[in-house]
Amino acid sequence: MVQLTLPKNSKVGKGKEWPKPEGAKNTRAFKIYRYSPEEGGNPRWDTYWVDMDRCGPMVLDVLFWIKNNVDPTLAFRRSCREGVCGSCSMNIGGQNTIACTKGWDEVAGKTITIAPLPHLPVVKDLIPDLTNFYAQHAYVQPYLKTDTPEPEKEWKQSEEQRNELNGLYECILCACCSTSCPSYWWNGDKYLGPAALLQAYRWLIDSRDEATGERLDDLEDPFKLYRCHTIMNCAQVCPKGLNPAKAIAKIKHMMVERVA
Amino acid sequence: MSTDFETPTAAARGLGSAKSGTGHHIHQRVSAIALIFLVPWFLYAVIAASRSGFEGATAWLAQPWNAILMILTLGAAFYHMRLGMQVVIEDYIAKAGMKQGLLILNTFVCFGLLAATTLSVLKIWISAGG
Repeated sequence: MVQLTLPKNSKVGKGKEWPKPEGAKNTRAFKIYRYSPEEGGNPRWDTYWVDMDRCGPMVLDVLFWIKNNVDPTLAFRRSCREGVCGSCSMNIGGQNTIACTKGWDEVAGKTITIAPLPHLPVVKDLIPDLTNFYAQHAYVQPYLKTDTPEPEKEWKQSEEQRNELNGLYECILCACCSTSCPSYWWNGDKYLGPAALLQAYRWLIDSRDEATGERLDDLEDPFKLYRCHTIMNCAQVCPKGLNPAKAIAKIKHMMVERVA
Repeated sequence: MSTDFETPTAAARGLGSAKSGTGHHIHQRVSAIALIFLVPWFLYAVIAASRSGFEGATAWLAQPWNAILMILTLGAAFYHMRLGMQVVIEDYIAKAGMKQGLLILNTFVCFGLLAATTLSVLKIWISAGG
């Protein structure tokens, strides 16, 4: 049966409430998921009070403020801080997004909860284990595959053909979509998930690629592809505004076109 | 974290692509298209027929066109139901053996219901003397 409740060792307990910053006039509470494998025990919710007058505009700034001023043990991934690398994806205020482009003033409610991406093993605090997610990306062979000898200069593509890749090439593999998908929660070991499938379509529709048939063969599977039930959470959370559900629908169209 | 030593690549590839699923997808959509037309007819017809009591309802169902459309509705609905329940079972039941058992049960129940209801329509049609 599908796992609808958290296993015993993943139940989140009440954690520490950290002291309010001294002299701060404008504070906001952040409830952050904490788990450390070295310490053992269950994960917990720690509450931090942040001086919003001395903190940058984004949720990532809040995390840095906490790490620099309150608790240096808080662990999270980050790199580019401008929505290009996809490292700081997490669940903020109940929605998957990337912390660096999410303004804390966009999140409703008094207290903002921050948790790691849902339904993945947690390495530490806000860092999930994305091993399977990356392996699924590799499964779709996200690179140009050709048999024709490589042209001397470059593979040519018309402007229209290049335009087909718009809305696909922008994906930064942050995993917000896949980890917001209930179908991926229940069958993430077999279902490739919206991110990998959007990447698959990016190569299926590339006019330069010569392996379209083989790519479709590798995807045609009741679980790898057809677990998508058009729930659309993926399109709702994508921090780049992409629509993986539409890409998946287009893969299904190609599958149908091949047989009927 | 995983304690077995299967590589991530082996896990992602799993048993490989089944190279099927498109048939199921097409059948599901085609039966859905049929039901878009048949279900409104069915609702209208059943409500209309039920107003005239048992005698009136059987007389209504004994008319060839009504019997034909009723059998088509039952066929499309139970077939669509079998396909849909199959997806629900595959989604939520991961345990091998239990999953396959329920899939077989699903097929038996849907085709059983189809046989029983179709026979009922035929019985009314035949007993009315065609």
